[in-house]
Amino acid sequence: MEALLAGIIASLTGCGVYLVLRAYTFPVVLGLTLLSYAVNLFLFATGRLTVGQPAVISAEAAGYADPLPQALVLTAIVIAFGMTAFVIMLAVKAQAELGNDHVDGRPEAAASSRRDAMGDAMGDAMGDGQADPGEEHP
Amino acid sequence: MLPLLLPLAAAILLLLTRRRVSLAVRRRLNLGATLLELAAVLWLLALVTGEGILVYQVGNWPAPYGISLVADRLSLWMLLITALLACCALSYAVQGTDSGSRHFHPLFQLQLFGLNGAFLTGDLFNLFVFFEVLLLASYGLLLHGGGRARVRAGLHFVVVNLAGSTLFLFAVGTLYGILGTLNMADLAVRVAETAPEDVGIVRAAGLLLFTVFALKAALLPLYLWLPAAYAHTSAPVAALFAIMTKVGAYAILRVETLIFGDAAGPLAHLIEPMLLPLALATMTVAALGVLSARGLRRQSAYLVVLSIGTLLTAFALGTPAGIAAGLYYLPHSTFAAAALFLLADVIARGRGALADRLDPGPTVPAAPVVGGVFFFLAVLISGLPPLSGFLGKWMLLQAALDRPGMAWVLALVLSASLLTIVALARSGSLLFYRADGAVRGDAAAAAVTGTGSGSGGAETLCLAEDGRAPGTVTGSRVDWPRLLPVLGLAGLCLALVLAAGLVTDFTNATAEAVLAPERYIQAVLGVDGAR
Repeated sequence: MEALLAGIIASLTGCGVYLVLRAYTFPVVLGLTLLSYAVNLFLFATGRLTVGQPAVISAEAAGYADPLPQALVLTAIVIAFGMTAFVIMLAVKAQAELGNDHVDGRPEAAASSRRDAMGDAMGDAMGDGQADPGEEHP
Repeated sequence: MLPLLLPLAAAILLLLTRRRVSLAVRRRLNLGATLLELAAVLWLLALVTGEGILVYQVGNWPAPYGISLVADRLSLWMLLITALLACCALSYAVQGTDSGSRHFHPLFQLQLFGLNGAFLTGDLFNLFVFFEVLLLASYGLLLHGGGRARVRAGLHFVVVNLAGSTLFLFAVGTLYGILGTLNMADLAVRVAETAPEDVGIVRAAGLLLFTVFALKAALLPLYLWLPAAYAHTSAPVAALFAIMTKVGAYAILRVETLIFGDAAGPLAHLIEPMLLPLALATMTVAALGVLSARGLRRQSAYLVVLSIGTLLTAFALGTPAGIAAGLYYLPHSTFAAAALFLLADVIARGRGALADRLDPGPTVPAAPVVGGVFFFLAVLISGLPPLSGFLGKWMLLQAALDRPGMAWVLALVLSASLLTIVALARSGSLLFYRADGAVRGDAAAAAVTGTGSGSGGAETLCLAEDGRAPGTVTGSRVDWPRLLPVLGLAGLCLALVLAAGLVTDFTNATAEAVLAPERYIQAVLGVDGAR
């Protein structure tokens, strides 16, 4: 069971990281969701994997399941759910405002020439964002 | 604990009344709540300096099982800075930034709730929860007002921070899986007793935690989200965000000294060897960023990164003197950066379409006053003698004198200061001396003339900050309601100089307490909490 769970967490994390590094908002949101699933499973496993053990004290119990990770997971799920909802709304708004769903708001540069996109990204990081094409021109 | 309940109650109240009560009343409510928080923090500060560490066990569950809230000197110092900053940022925001949507005021209070909670909590998972609270509020505040650049920068900010939260959870989960506790004081005890075969995995978890905090603090490889996000948001929000990076610095200091402190056996000083080089490198890159920025707001954002570099350099020294210097530098850099963000907005309002871009343009309305304030802030930030920046950096350098790597610290701190002076001098002369005085009248006219002379480019009336037309500042009248918060922040820095003796006594005592976590651990894990 441990190997199965570890494999699931690993593949979810791997897929999540890959998707987060994509250039369009939909895969990024999907990747963040997968990452949060992975971390929820991981948190769940920190209480050690047990089957059929009670979490509440009882007289005839042989051992106990750790109740704390379950509480943590519940909190983490709620937070991740809220955050996902928020980031989806933000992605929709970005799509509406910027006219496309590229994370930097300019698909041509990234699609046509990777070198240009790199140059823009560097300029954006070090210099002024207002120099970007397609921005601040109503 | 009062500083937690007050903003939460205020936020709920403001949220419920958002359709019923007029904006003016809600502004007064929010200001009143913020001032009350300040009073509560001052009261707690008096209690803590008198009686020592206050611990509140939520729901009265005993320490390692329940969630504890801990108020020691370090927490309260951060709370005090937050409350003072919030007052100034809010009194700027009520000049019109908050009119865009009904949710500005509740979000502002929720942000304070998250910040206060992050500073007060004594539980690692609870720290995560409060991080999320403050981040979710900050997403809302960041996007307040909308606009293309803001949405784009906001998207990056949100995604980066969500990835950071996931890492945080992984780190917390690993620590819990190995050590079986999440209470920070209890963690400190258990880390010292780590079994030899588990040392590696706990180290990995500790470094993951450090990565997350470095992301929040905008340390070198992880700072790229900051300049765009801070430069494009509205001024009072950027001013309030000046404390957000300090949350990361606070968390690094807390975890480094409490959990991975001297007593942690094989895991002692886990982060220290990496912190100093990273902080110095952050400082260097940020100084170059300050120099190359083409807008005043982006320049201010890089100054925030620069101050984080300086601050973490001080913390990385690991001596009481170094940490005390950092704790003195922290409020100074927070207030100064916030004041510069606000002033940049005042300047941008007066320059029509040119906004805060560093190109020669029309004269800023009331240039002598605004320019004077800018000069004062520039002196303050770059650390020239009479003001608090100088004192902070001087203490930092003195603390570094007998440490290894002294030459690097001295050289980089001083050259970063020099680059800051050069950059701010250039900005000041571009904004105030090379202005062509031909433009008079209201700012809308300035915008048209600015484009006419070719310096404004193609955009005519693109500046609609907070949804207003750029004709709100008229003539050469001084915009006192907006300038007063700036002057207030500058006055706080001045107070730091005037009360330097008092403040350094406090920061020295705080640094001693931070480096001796035994009392903290005893206070939290003791049989019955102090309160």
